[in-house]
Amino acid sequence: MALLEVSNISKVFGGLKALSDVSFTLGRGEIFGVIGPNGAGKTTLFNALTGLYTPDSGEIRLDGTHLFRRKPHEILKAGLARTFQNIRLFHDMSALENVMVGRHARTSSGVLGAVLRSARTRAEEADSRERGQALLSRVGIERHSQVLARHLAYGDQRRLEIARALATEPKLLALDEPAAGMNSTEKQSLRELLLSLRQDGLSLMLIEHDVKLVMGTCDRLMVLDYGEKIAEGLPVEIRANSKVIAAYLGAEVA
Amino acid sequence: MKMFRSRPWLGISLLVAALLVLPLVVDASLGRSWVRVFDFALLYVMLALGLNIVVGYAGLLDLGYIAFYAVGAYTWALLASPQFGLHLPFWAILPIGAGVAALFGILLGTPTLRLRGDYLAIVTLGFGEIIRIFLNNLNEPVNITNGPQGITLIDPASLGSFSLGQAHSVFGLELSAPHFYYYLFLLFACGVIFISLRLENSRIGRAWVAIREDEIAAAAMGINTRNIKLLAFAMGATFAGLAGGLFASFQGFVSPESFNLLESIMILCMIVLGGMGHIPGVILGAVLLTVLPEALRYVGDLQRVTLGRVLIDPADLRMLLFGLALVLMMLFRPAGLMPSIRRKREFSETGQP
Repeated sequence: MALLEVSNISKVFGGLKALSDVSFTLGRGEIFGVIGPNGAGKTTLFNALTGLYTPDSGEIRLDGTHLFRRKPHEILKAGLARTFQNIRLFHDMSALENVMVGRHARTSSGVLGAVLRSARTRAEEADSRERGQALLSRVGIERHSQVLARHLAYGDQRRLEIARALATEPKLLALDEPAAGMNSTEKQSLRELLLSLRQDGLSLMLIEHDVKLVMGTCDRLMVLDYGEKIAEGLPVEIRANSKVIAAYLGAEVA
Repeated sequence: MKMFRSRPWLGISLLVAALLVLPLVVDASLGRSWVRVFDFALLYVMLALGLNIVVGYAGLLDLGYIAFYAVGAYTWALLASPQFGLHLPFWAILPIGAGVAALFGILLGTPTLRLRGDYLAIVTLGFGEIIRIFLNNLNEPVNITNGPQGITLIDPASLGSFSLGQAHSVFGLELSAPHFYYYLFLLFACGVIFISLRLENSRIGRAWVAIREDEIAAAAMGINTRNIKLLAFAMGATFAGLAGGLFASFQGFVSPESFNLLESIMILCMIVLGGMGHIPGVILGAVLLTVLPEALRYVGDLQRVTLGRVLIDPADLRMLLFGLALVLMMLFRPAGLMPSIRRKREFSETGQP
C-alpha cells in the first residue's frame, strides 16, 4: 500500500483555481519531486496537505489515516512534517530549543509535571535534549546547538528546519525548496543528507527548482501547471515530456 | 557579587532574611502605611507574573487582565461576607477563587483566540470592561454584587483561630494586620515565582514562546495552538484570581471601581518596564511601580516645606513623571530594565546581547 494517497484535491481562492483535482500516490521510502513553473500551485499543495490551508474537496490518506481537513497539529501527529520555503524557525530560540519544540507532539508532560518536576518529566526533558542534540549532529550543525536560530548561516538555518521536522518522527517529510539560496557545495551535501534520510526509511516529498538536484535525487516526479497535474513519471520521462517543456518554455504544444 | 556566585546559598539566605525583617524595619522607620504599600507590591508581583505568562511568554496582548483579579476578589467577597451570610474558611475559598478565575480565562479565551495582535487587545479590553460593568449592575433584580457600593465586612484570612486581621503579639513583637498579610502574600508570591520559573524551561514554556515567535510554524510543528494559548490564559487568570482573593481579604472591602482599565494598563506597564518574559525583571517592575508612586506623595510635603504651598498637585506630578519615565524607557531601554537574554537580542540590531 502506498504511504500517501491524494485524490482529486482542489483549492479555490476567490475565482482562482489554485489546485484542481490533483491526484497522486507516494510510495514508502520514495523521494517524490513536485516541480512546475512559478505559481503552479506547488506550495499551495503542501499547505493543503499539511492543514495550513483547508482544501475544498478531495481525499488525503497517510498510511491509511484520513487527513482531509484536519488541523495542522493532527496532521503532524499522523506523521507528515514539513519545512517552509521562506524559513520559519523560532528565531530567538537556540538551535537546540528549536529541535526540542519539534518533540512537542511526541511528548506529553504538562503544567503539573513541569511544576513538580516529576521523574517522568525529567526523563522526557533529558530524552528531548538528547534526541535534539543527536538530530543536530545528523544534519551537521551540532557545534551550533546553543546559537540562536537567527544567527545561524543561511544553509544551517535550512538544516535546522530539517532537524526540527525530523524531531517530530515523521513518516513523510515534505521539503519546500530546501536548496533555495544554497551554493553548489551546500546543495551537494543537502543531496547526501536527503539520500541518507531515505536510507533510514524516511519518505520524502520535495518541491525544488534546481533541475539538477531534482533529477539526481528524486525517484519520481509530478509536474504542476496552473494548479493542474500535467505529468507524472520517472525523471527521464519528465525530461522528454512535451507538455512539461511547453509549460516551462511557453512553446505551443505540437 | 563574586562572594554570592560561589556560594549561592549565602545570597539566598541573606535575601530571605532581608525579606522577613523588611516589614519590621519599614514599620519602625517609615510608618505602618508603608507596610501596606509593600503588601500591595507583593500582590502586584503575583499579578504581573500572571500577565507575564500571557503577554511575555505566549505573546497574547491582554488588556482586560484585571477582570480575573476582580473575579478572584468577588469570589472571596461573596463566599466570606454577610452579603450571602456565607463564611467559608480561607483554605477553601482561595482554590475556588483561583479556579473560577481560570474558568473565566478559558471562557474569554475560547471565542477570542482566533484573533491576533491589536484585535485581541481590543476584545480583551472589552471583556475587562464587561466584567466591571456587570459587577456594577448586578444588584438588581437580584442583589448579588451590591452594585457600586461594593461588598463590605469581608472576613479576614485566618489560620484556625488566629485572625490575620487583628494585631497580635508574636515573640514579644507587637505585629499588626499589614505585617501578617505581608508574610502571607510573601508566601504566595514565592509560590507564583516558583511556578513561573518551573514553567519557563518546560515543554509548555517552549510551546508558548514558539507560538509567540511564529504561530504557523508552531502549529506545523505539532503544537495545538488553541489549547496551549488557552492554557496561557488560564494560568495567568489563576494567578490573578489568587491575588484577587488575597486582596479582598486584606482590604475587607471590594467595589467595581478597583478594577478599571487603568489597573490593567498599570500591570502591563510593570512587565514592559521590568523586562517582558523575564521573571526577575517583572518582579522589579511590579515593586518599582507600586513603591515609587507612593514615594512621590512626599513631593507635596516637600513643596509645602520649601515653597510654603503646594504648587503642583502630587497626583498630577505622579502621572507626569510616570509618563516621562515610560518614554525614556522606550527610548533607552526598550527591552526593559532587566530584560531576559532572549529579549535583549530581539531588540538589539546586531542581535548580540
